[in-house]
Amino acid sequence: MNYPDTLKYSSSHEWIKVEGNKGIVGITFFAQKELGDIVFVELPEMGKSVKAKDACCVVESVKTASDIYSPVSGKITAINDKLDTNPELINEDCYGDGWIFEIEITDQSEISKLLSAQDYKNQYTK
Amino acid sequence: MEEKLIIEKSFPGRKSYSLPCWESDEQIQDCIPQKYLRNEKAELPETAEIDIVRHFTRLSQKNFSVDTNFYPLGSCTMKYNPKFNEQVASMDGFAHLHPLQPQSTAQGILKLMYHLEKSLSAICGMDAFTLHPSAGAHGELTGMLIIKAFHKKNNQSQRKDVIVPDSSHGTNPASACMAGFNVITIPSDKNGMVDLNKLKETLSENTAALMLTNPNTLGVFEVNVKEIARLVHEAGALLYYDGANLNPLLGLARPGDMGFDVVHVNLHKTFSTPHGGGGPGSGPVGVKKRLIPFLPVPRIVENNDVYSLDETNPDSIGKITAFYGNTGVILRAYAYFLINGIDGLTKSAQIAVLNSNYIMRRLEKYYNIPYPASVMHEFVISLKEEAEKLGVRAIDVAKWLIDSGIHPPTIYFPLIVNEALMIEPTETESKETLDEFIAQMIKIKETMAQNPDLFHHLPQKTDISRPNEVIAARNPVLTWKKI
Amino acid sequence: MDYVPASPDDIRKMLDIVGVEKIEDIVKSVPSDIKAGKIDLPEGISEFDAGIEIKKLALLNRDLDHYISFLGAGAYDHFIPAVVPGLASRSEFVTAYTPYQPEASQGTLQAIFEYQSMICEITGLDVANASLYDGGSACAEAAMMIVNAHPGKKELLVAESVHPYYKTVIQTYLENIDVKIKIVPSDKGVINPQTIDNFVSCDTAGMIVQSPNFFGCIEDVKILADKIHNIGGSLAMACNPISLGILSSPRELGADIAIGEGQPLGVDLCYGGPYFGFISCRENLMRKLPGRIVGATLDHNNKRCFVLTLQAREQHIRREKATSNICSNQALMALRGCIYLCWLGKEGFYELSKQNALKAHYAAKLACGIKGVSLAFNTPFFNEFCLRIESGIKLKDIIDRTCAQKVFAGVEIRQLDANLPDLLLVSVTEKRTGEEINKWVQVLDNAINSK
Repeated sequence: MNYPDTLKYSSSHEWIKVEGNKGIVGITFFAQKELGDIVFVELPEMGKSVKAKDACCVVESVKTASDIYSPVSGKITAINDKLDTNPELINEDCYGDGWIFEIEITDQSEISKLLSAQDYKNQYTK
Repeated sequence: MEEKLIIEKSFPGRKSYSLPCWESDEQIQDCIPQKYLRNEKAELPETAEIDIVRHFTRLSQKNFSVDTNFYPLGSCTMKYNPKFNEQVASMDGFAHLHPLQPQSTAQGILKLMYHLEKSLSAICGMDAFTLHPSAGAHGELTGMLIIKAFHKKNNQSQRKDVIVPDSSHGTNPASACMAGFNVITIPSDKNGMVDLNKLKETLSENTAALMLTNPNTLGVFEVNVKEIARLVHEAGALLYYDGANLNPLLGLARPGDMGFDVVHVNLHKTFSTPHGGGGPGSGPVGVKKRLIPFLPVPRIVENNDVYSLDETNPDSIGKITAFYGNTGVILRAYAYFLINGIDGLTKSAQIAVLNSNYIMRRLEKYYNIPYPASVMHEFVISLKEEAEKLGVRAIDVAKWLIDSGIHPPTIYFPLIVNEALMIEPTETESKETLDEFIAQMIKIKETMAQNPDLFHHLPQKTDISRPNEVIAARNPVLTWKKI
Repeated sequence: MDYVPASPDDIRKMLDIVGVEKIEDIVKSVPSDIKAGKIDLPEGISEFDAGIEIKKLALLNRDLDHYISFLGAGAYDHFIPAVVPGLASRSEFVTAYTPYQPEASQGTLQAIFEYQSMICEITGLDVANASLYDGGSACAEAAMMIVNAHPGKKELLVAESVHPYYKTVIQTYLENIDVKIKIVPSDKGVINPQTIDNFVSCDTAGMIVQSPNFFGCIEDVKILADKIHNIGGSLAMACNPISLGILSSPRELGADIAIGEGQPLGVDLCYGGPYFGFISCRENLMRKLPGRIVGATLDHNNKRCFVLTLQAREQHIRREKATSNICSNQALMALRGCIYLCWLGKEGFYELSKQNALKAHYAAKLACGIKGVSLAFNTPFFNEFCLRIESGIKLKDIIDRTCAQKVFAGVEIRQLDANLPDLLLVSVTEKRTGEEINKWVQVLDNAINSK
């Protein structure tokens, strides 16, 4: 199941799991496959405030570096430190142990602008 | 054959060095207080001279090089590095000049550098040059700083944007960024050239410059370059020329005549100086008259056949290097200019284009060439279909070529072509070499259909094969201490 | 003469395949209104004639084979053993391309890996890159590294005693990226560490200091590093690599980044270039390093090998977000440095450094015996020092007089920066024999004290 229905997706290949006023963010199956073996993650700054579509961290593979954009506006409340030593978690379990950061959502209305699993899969994973 | 690290050949008491004779009762602590002195000696290897010689000689034998292999690397212009250039660079009278010795004692080198500036101005159609930048990217930064200073002087500091085509070399946006500009990328049209409409939409009173390579990184000449120049200048911006692809234009067309305001050239590409395994290169920058005041200092000036270094250029951007540029590289390029002359350079350009078109014609029925029209000294093949249908990618074709003793072409560049293979034979290759390359490429196509999986196990004839770049990047081991 | 192998017959055959009549028509896509007219350049000549022309130019130079040189100020006259040019001129090194295809370039890659390792040994730091253009741009790159490592902080301190040309390069690079440079003045030839408190603020990302500095004096880097670390900043130390044979390493002094001009390590003076800049840093700054880096890895048969790594920092991938725009390194020069350090080895590097210092101190002592001459600064130095000359004659004229006696007595530092004091900067390397030093003293004495 490459695109869980319980998540919301952005056109720039991030997913978000909304739990109340918090959201957990990572990159999709398609994104990690396109990037190839991930070698390094430049995690976002804890406590940083970001707006929707702001680039807030970077994921590197051997030959590429990709900006990760926050799907919603808010404040970064947690980051996945395990990615410092095990960046391959994103390849192995992009929706679970490969989560990247947690964000305190400031504008719930932005969530409705995101894509469903079906829409994301149909439009962005060719 | 694995070659051990030099530190692995180190044994206490082994020694290569000898020092000038000097007898003194002084201890170092008599001159410099103990607190400034090192606690332990640096752990450098202790080896005999013969072991050093064998070590580096054997290492050299593991390399491909222009002197041993064909190198059709697109955008790199891996032409023959004349041995005469090497002889000139090691001639008595050049190597042992100190940059700060009295200029009256360095007239020969100053005169040579002055004349190379003039020759570059003539071949590029520009009004003045600086030889300071140590590489192409260094030249780009210098050019961007000159453009920035020009706009500032003209009270146009709001011009913070630099436009680059999506086909540009990575150094273009990186250099613009280092100079403090915002980078706007515009897409190429279906012919691989600058999309004039997109350009018109993007140009504004905030545009400082457009950076162009011509012919571009697809090997295609931007036929609309004069119109592009007009649009850019009308918007109050400047036009920058990335000279990486100057080779086919020598004697034929000049960036200055096309409307470029600032150019950089690569002596280690177009002008035959050797690549050295990654440097030193040299990236001189040429400008039109109105930008001369902003050139870095010092400039070489001539008065009655006396040459000197002038540090007084009040609007200068300053210095981008401590001294005057890579003089040793400049010497080699000067020799190249002198021997070739305008006729030799023109012929070189023509044959560079002929060689490239010849290969393209012979391969076009085997491979997909996305931009075949008006190809100049290099062309691009796309292996997108082969990658999708057979699982054979550009990197795999590259590994086959290594096994056949040919250095692979440039792969995965430009970014706008999928599974790109960019081929630039240059003019200094004989027809047999080109035919051999063509034969290999045809054999590759045939083998792809019969046995695509074979490619994933190549190369097989080299010492090592398919290094694991993932672990190299995940857990970097950058010194022998960490091995 | 050109280097084109194609014979008229070859050209004819290829033109037929391409479908073009004459070679002049091979390029169809350049519009005629852009085509160049006659270009004002002479025609080509034979290799023999070119050799004669260039020889004439070479003979107009009077190099260090004709003068006894005490010139330094960023470029140093050291002995280069035969193995360095002998090995580095092998065409498999000289005419090789950048090692992007690892299977075709293990020679270059391993040599650079060994170079990186030795730079780490001499500086004491954890990682080094494959080299930069020169000492000046290395300082600028270190400055940018410091700023990138402390996002939000917009100030950088630069010691006044850093080489004036390096300061200019730092200025040229940094004034475009909205970073304020504060120059910390020197006093009696060095930075007084206590004055740093007047310059640091919460906006200070770090500091660049040079030791031995431009005047030749050894700075108190340890205290400077402590003070910069106390405010959460990073310190970069520029240094002459030869000095690291006996002087404390940047690591011992607390530096986070070490940079410098690599030319003293086996590279010809060659009127200013090509040289190479070196840079090394602590592990935590590794991913902020500019330029190429070689790493060790295993191939698919588990053999040890080398590759360019951490490329995702670089311009060809990050484009405008790269750590720097730098594309090439000075590989061939770094190779020379690598061979040179191998030849010196652990003991030789120490002994060479020692001899430089001893000879310089011997020369300084003798010079102070000349009437009117004194050491400008009272601080310890390595192999360079400044002399104050009290005489009715201008320093420039004194230097002219010594030149007439075939001695380059030193550099008039005002030549590099008019705001500097009126001093003569003297460099003494292992190449200067006792006789040469004595001659220098005698010539200087005559220049100063005779009518």
